Amino acid sequence: MIVTDPAYKDPLLYVDNLSVSFDGFKAVDGVSFFVDPNEIRVIIGPNGAGKTTVLDLICGKTRATSGSIRFHDQDLTRMSENGIVKAGIGRKFQNPSIYDDLTVFENLEISFPRGRNVFGALTFKRDAEVRERIEDIAETIFLADRLDERAEYLSHGQKQWLEIGMLLIQDPELLMLDEPVAGMSVSERGKTAELLHKIIQGRSVLVIEHDMKFVEDIAHRVTVLHQGKVLSEGSMEHVKNDPKVIEVYLGH
Amino acid sequence: MKDINDARENPFFRRQELIGLLIFAALILVVFPAFLDTFRLNLVGKYLTYAFVTVGLVICWGYGGILSLGQGIFFGLGGYCMAMFLKLEASSVANTKIQSTPGIPDFMDWNQLTALPWFWKPFHSLPASVIAVIVVPTAFAFVIGAAMFKRRVGGVYFAIITQAVALILSILIVGQQGYTGGINGITDLRTLLGWDIRTDHAKFILYFVNCLLLLGAILLTQYVTKSKLGRILVAMREKEDRVRFSGYSVADFKIFAFCFAAALSAVGGAMFTLQVGFMSPSFVGITPSIEMVIYTAVGGRMSILGSVYGALIVNFAKTTLSESFPELWLFGLGALFIAVVLVIPDGLAGMLSHYIAPYLGKLKPASDAVNGKSPLNQTPAE
Repeated sequence: MIVTDPAYKDPLLYVDNLSVSFDGFKAVDGVSFFVDPNEIRVIIGPNGAGKTTVLDLICGKTRATSGSIRFHDQDLTRMSENGIVKAGIGRKFQNPSIYDDLTVFENLEISFPRGRNVFGALTFKRDAEVRERIEDIAETIFLADRLDERAEYLSHGQKQWLEIGMLLIQDPELLMLDEPVAGMSVSERGKTAELLHKIIQGRSVLVIEHDMKFVEDIAHRVTVLHQGKVLSEGSMEHVKNDPKVIEVYLGH
Repeated sequence: MKDINDARENPFFRRQELIGLLIFAALILVVFPAFLDTFRLNLVGKYLTYAFVTVGLVICWGYGGILSLGQGIFFGLGGYCMAMFLKLEASSVANTKIQSTPGIPDFMDWNQLTALPWFWKPFHSLPASVIAVIVVPTAFAFVIGAAMFKRRVGGVYFAIITQAVALILSILIVGQQGYTGGINGITDLRTLLGWDIRTDHAKFILYFVNCLLLLGAILLTQYVTKSKLGRILVAMREKEDRVRFSGYSVADFKIFAFCFAAALSAVGGAMFTLQVGFMSPSFVGITPSIEMVIYTAVGGRMSILGSVYGALIVNFAKTTLSESFPELWLFGLGALFIAVVLVIPDGLAGMLSHYIAPYLGKLKPASDAVNGKSPLNQTPAE
């Protein structure tokens, strides 16, 4: 790569010509983009555009057919899922993915980045550092007074916050969120936006979201996907005025 | 505020759990020996060897959600390792001088073997045999677990594969009569380092050894359930992907749970051989493996002590009923399993904590009411 601009920083995540096909159907087709340190990137696009698949590819849930994903100096396409987490990538799923049978405290504790192998888990101590960190995070995600309840009893929105909290405790360098405000009530939505503003400090975030007001509010840059390809990329202003985007997406 | 802090303390034993364990220890160490004759006590001892398997299943199936229908494999392998040692001791040259090849087990001689096969040789040594009791079944579980879980085979497919392995192993043992004793198993075991294990006194001692080992196994399992690993197993059972994308290698944890259950089962098998005096392929196959799962389901798959009571209660029923109605017992067992799954999915221990503990909670200060909520904190059956 030839670097000409002195202000240029290496991107944190560099997705290059990424493709994946399922039984001949190209869900993601030659997608390239990069995410800078501390950047908030939103991916938008109509249903079936391949947004979630891109996140699946980055976190290792789905294996790429071709192309590469570089994070710092590592090629994620060759790493195990837990290796990718250790490298500093956290992923929130579309539906709240939490452990119903455990308490909120225990849910957060499992995500605490220590004792992640079998022996470490057997000898893990719930010490002051762990407790303080969990209590801090619980405060941030508005669940401080519900730590000892089973996660099952939380509302939908609270479950989403809990999962965001589980990612925060990992302290990932790149946080990937799949529709964080979907299915939330209006008041929960507002609180979530507030929460996201708080947690994006000091890390890169890759968000999939449909709520345009929300996107406009948080995005530094927007990538529009359509039929597995990048249709447009740039600031929200630029994307909104791109005739191609208007035709396939915003014009509907 | 005190209750909440208690819940986060994660003590090794909650009060109810400690009381439950003490009652159980008193039952098997004092009440049974005081009131049962040697024959009945030996029978209880035999049931308690199955409890090693059910305790293992609590970790593997209850916590980890990995249903193994092949625990008989490990129970049997542990039992066979012990039986091989005892058989070699019973087959001294002096004892077997009428054979065409003295000094080898009788069934080998009947099958025209003239030398001890290589894999029997380590079983001349007691330490090597004791190590084999644990290592052989655990290593076998590791191989099955690694082959399946690394490839993300799980759920009902895994259950079927364990069942198939159990069947294959029992057929193999039956078929290789010269090496294994065939369908009769390894019988006519007499002494352990010169100590006659067939006397009433020896059976009495072995019963207590078995009880102490079982209590040790219960404590060890309690440690696992209270560690973060126990909570990871529950988390994995519910949302495998979330655990995986929280930085854990899910396969490693499943392999651990499966190997842990196998190692405990193997100890049970070895104690079975010592107390009952033989080992046969009928303890390796599908039927015993499924029965073990039923004991666990009846007692409560999330409760260590519950599963032990499950093994005791179902076996008491089996002994009593099959004496009177031998042909009906298997139907009864099947019906029991279906009834438990439909009516009390958490078994007797679950029933106790759902229906009875709330009443007890009202009698005592409110501090225990909080504890009943999580299945991790369930009251053990009493």
